[in-house]
Amino acid sequence: MSMKISTRQVDGVTIVDCSGRITLGEGSVTLRDTVGQLLGKNQKKILLNLGDVNYIDSSGIGELVSAFTTVRKQGGELKLLNLTKKVHDLLQITKLYTVFDVKDDEAAAVKAFA
Amino acid sequence: MTEQRLSYTLDSTLETVDSAEQTASRMAVELGFDEEEVMRIAMAVREAAVNAVLHGNAYDPDKKVGLEFERTGRDLVITIRDQGKGLDLNKLPDPLAPENLLKTSGRGIFLIRSFMDEVQIRPTQTGTEIKLIKHVHGPSAGGKEASREHED
Repeated sequence: MSMKISTRQVDGVTIVDCSGRITLGEGSVTLRDTVGQLLGKNQKKILLNLGDVNYIDSSGIGELVSAFTTVRKQGGELKLLNLTKKVHDLLQITKLYTVFDVKDDEAAAVKAFA
Repeated sequence: MTEQRLSYTLDSTLETVDSAEQTASRMAVELGFDEEEVMRIAMAVREAAVNAVLHGNAYDPDKKVGLEFERTGRDLVITIRDQGKGLDLNKLPDPLAPENLLKTSGRGIFLIRSFMDEVQIRPTQTGTEIKLIKHVHGPSAGGKEASREHED
């Protein structure tokens, strides 16, 4: 299953609903393009909903890191929402869990943006 | 105990990466690994295949990836060979070091070592060979890391 992305706005925050796999190739490119387009529209409060992402490889992890740093460099914020156990475990193993701001409640996550 | 061996010679493409992962997943299921271990084995193979296709062979259509699955007495052994320039293990950065945490690459070998019981990486005459070993039965079958490296 390839990656699918849709976006919606809630109280000034862009929620990016991701599903499928974030892996080398199509999945990583789709995420990169989406974040780039949002920044191009000055939408810099981004909540990545990974609740339906069932698989992510090291390239996908790299893409999450890239999105995080790119948004931050432009003065924005990127948070992660609803990690599956697999993605949670991967971020723990790679010590990235504490780098990202990870949320498990959408409403609370939206309120957490400055 | 049945011994089984499957060998493939594949192009340096993303399809090879997906195919290697799927074959590893199928074989791990057949060997009775639980869902968590199947995912770990499949991901380790995927990462090794990515290294072979992307970093080793650099998508060169003239270079091939060798993929071999072998069930020995108590191990699942997966060997992946590329025809690239070789891998300098001493130059691999530690992806857990604070200065590397926000790097966008460099986690593949680390994940492979985390997910397999043994990992052997060695240069060959034509590139690099990585051997991934998972014990089918035994005390370390739960995914505990016990990786080691071999160089000629």
